[in-house]
Amino acid sequence: MNSWFKSGQPWIWLNAGAVSVSLIMVFGLVLLISVRGLTYFWPSDVIDATYMTPSGDTRRVIGEIDAVETIPRVQAADSGYQFEEGKEELTRYLLKTGNRDVTGADFQLAFADFLTDISYPEDLLVAERHEWGNFYGFLLKIKENGQVVAEGEQARDELEKRLERSTELHERIKDIQKGEIGAINYQMEQLRLEKRELELEKELTAEAEQDIEARRQALEAKYRVLEGKLEDLYRQNQRDSMLAETMSGRQIEIPLAKVVRTYYPNNMGLIEKTGFYLAKVWEFVSDEPRESNTEGGIFPAIFGTVMMVLIMSVLVTPFGVIAAIYLREYATQGPIIRTIRIAVNNLAGVPSIVYGVFGLGFFVYFLGGNIDQLFFPEALPAPTFGTPGIMWSSLTLALLTLPVVIVSTEEGLSRIPRSIREGSLALGATKAETLWRTIIPMASPAMMTGLILAVARAAGEVAPLMLVGVVKLAPNLPLDGNFPYLHLERKFMHLGFHIYDVGFQSPNVEAARPLVYATSLLLILVIVALNLSAIHIRNRLREKYRALEGG
Amino acid sequence: MTADNMTHGIDLDNLDRSQNDTRLEDEKLVISVENLNLFYGPTQALFDINMGIPEHKVTAFIGPSGCGKSTLLRCFNRMNDLVDICQVNGKITLDGQDIYSKKINVADLRRKVGMVFQKPNPFPKSIYENVAYGLRIQGIKDKRRLDESVEKALKGAALWDEVKDRMQENALGLSGGQQQRLVIARAIAIEPEVLLLDEPASALDPISTLKIEELIYELKKKYTIVIVTHNMQQAARVSDYTAFMYLGQMVEFKDTNTLFTNPSEKKTEDYITGRYG
Repeated sequence: MNSWFKSGQPWIWLNAGAVSVSLIMVFGLVLLISVRGLTYFWPSDVIDATYMTPSGDTRRVIGEIDAVETIPRVQAADSGYQFEEGKEELTRYLLKTGNRDVTGADFQLAFADFLTDISYPEDLLVAERHEWGNFYGFLLKIKENGQVVAEGEQARDELEKRLERSTELHERIKDIQKGEIGAINYQMEQLRLEKRELELEKELTAEAEQDIEARRQALEAKYRVLEGKLEDLYRQNQRDSMLAETMSGRQIEIPLAKVVRTYYPNNMGLIEKTGFYLAKVWEFVSDEPRESNTEGGIFPAIFGTVMMVLIMSVLVTPFGVIAAIYLREYATQGPIIRTIRIAVNNLAGVPSIVYGVFGLGFFVYFLGGNIDQLFFPEALPAPTFGTPGIMWSSLTLALLTLPVVIVSTEEGLSRIPRSIREGSLALGATKAETLWRTIIPMASPAMMTGLILAVARAAGEVAPLMLVGVVKLAPNLPLDGNFPYLHLERKFMHLGFHIYDVGFQSPNVEAARPLVYATSLLLILVIVALNLSAIHIRNRLREKYRALEGG
Repeated sequence: MTADNMTHGIDLDNLDRSQNDTRLEDEKLVISVENLNLFYGPTQALFDINMGIPEHKVTAFIGPSGCGKSTLLRCFNRMNDLVDICQVNGKITLDGQDIYSKKINVADLRRKVGMVFQKPNPFPKSIYENVAYGLRIQGIKDKRRLDESVEKALKGAALWDEVKDRMQENALGLSGGQQQRLVIARAIAIEPEVLLLDEPASALDPISTLKIEELIYELKKKYTIVIVTHNMQQAARVSDYTAFMYLGQMVEFKDTNTLFTNPSEKKTEDYITGRYG
């Protein structure tokens, strides 16, 4: 035994064990998030059953089994149920019954023991709606302008056809609202600001005013045309509706304009379900959120996250590299530089929320406020840059990740052999020429390493962003078709904040929980993608300047 | 003489030295050193050096490790400037100009006084770009002129035939001996007056060493060469004049034949006969 200890074997086992535990934890985490997040989109079967309440009444329930849990009998007994003796634990289902407009709640708890006559009716319809969540029930009739046009079997085909039409109309309405009307609103606002600017500078002549008024009139005329078009589309879209029966036997009429998609989960084969699943996943990554972020997609959040990280990279890399070059190449190494270096290293340890506070106080209120005073006085008192936005978020995170870039770049510069510098200097190059032509290219892989670390840290950071630019729902992306296309002053959505918001601030927590996992998975994927692209660039640079590894 | 003097099949005693029967006093000096004292912080590394480097000849510095021969060599192109604590007193002139005067542009000086280091230090660029480096620094952009100069330099460094088909390959893929010749090509591409070689063959195998030595023999027709070497046979083979240095002092500086066959200082004799060093 003693010799076994001396051989160093336990040490190897300990190390290997630590590595395995770390690996298991990482894979476990990813697996948990993937399973929970990805199963959300799978169309599960919907049960139709009879449920007995404590008071002895029976009622019909229709819904998806969302979660299964076992609870101790004592706890169950408290809710008034009488159970057979001998059972210590009971199974309880969380049923997603939908129909929030009818019942007031999306979810319902039910003990498995009290569910009887469970069946999976094939004609059970699920309708995803723009409002009020899912509808579960049976299709009865299709109406056009209040007149019944199809019933029973025919209704299903008719629904499909008419839903296609209304979806298309809905898309067109959205396009006009977001695109053309959005652009007109933007231009109107620009006009108002232009007028105000002239007013402030006391240059608002009658001529200019007339000109602005004429342009405004033109825009308004355009707007009225679009509005008319829109109204027409709305009217067309309101033509059809469907009449359906809920689990309580109530008949409700749902306008097709409010329906996103319908499906019959109990009648779907594996291939159909897979197709449906992929469509849902695509919707998730490409669409905008609905119903206070608990439905629909998260595209604006993905876009915001990636864009914020990219702007941050563009800001932090040159700044960090230049600072590192000065510290390593030009500054006289001494106590002052040592102190600066220690200070830079310590900056990396400052809690991120502190950066958020700094960003809010310095960037947003001080810098932004002054920018508004100087360049955007026409918009005041409404702030332009003097309010949280993507620019200030990127800048704050750039500051947060600056130490990482400086340290890595310095590391890279110090690893370049002296002989290379001497070789260049001996050929009559000045120090600056040596830096530009040889040292910086050779240190570029190290700079990329710094950037990779910076991206990894910045993409996952949420706390400071809550102070300097992230919002629950941003009406516009920071990049759009209106000049100047890139709107750095706009607020944006972020995956990390989205997770927090959906999971803990949403009115419908049960419905949103799977979305938390799905969004987390996506956040991880986005960070991995950003990192992989940075690593790819670094490896190509390394290949090019492999002198360091060669020695 | 012993078998010491037989290296790479060259017999030192019967070496043809017909071209250097002139004496140091008759040579035209390119570089002259007057009362040079050099300090690294508080320690003095060179003591009162006085000497001259003759034009179009090979001058070798020999001496035991740490005797200051590399330090002296690095004074000629002010490479010692890179060491913060280094302080130079005295005068070194190149073509009559004081190279330590404030008016001198160090980059210009280094263009005139090229240097090759102990370990081959090609840049991690293509072979072509390595040789063109100094020219590009001078602002030459004309492709034809660059091509011509690169070819000329590579031919001058006896490397052209080996690399002419792979000019765009990374220079780090060359062998050590080829790399060292590439570095020499890089140095002569900018056509310096003086070429400083700091133990150019010490990191190379015997065959590559021989090639470098043959190259030095060729190069001295156009350039003034100063070489630092640990290898006394090498000094004897390639140089016209040899300086023996010891503990920062210039002990003896003479034409190579005399220094090796008839040294006037006891220390020199002890060193070249291998009693210490």
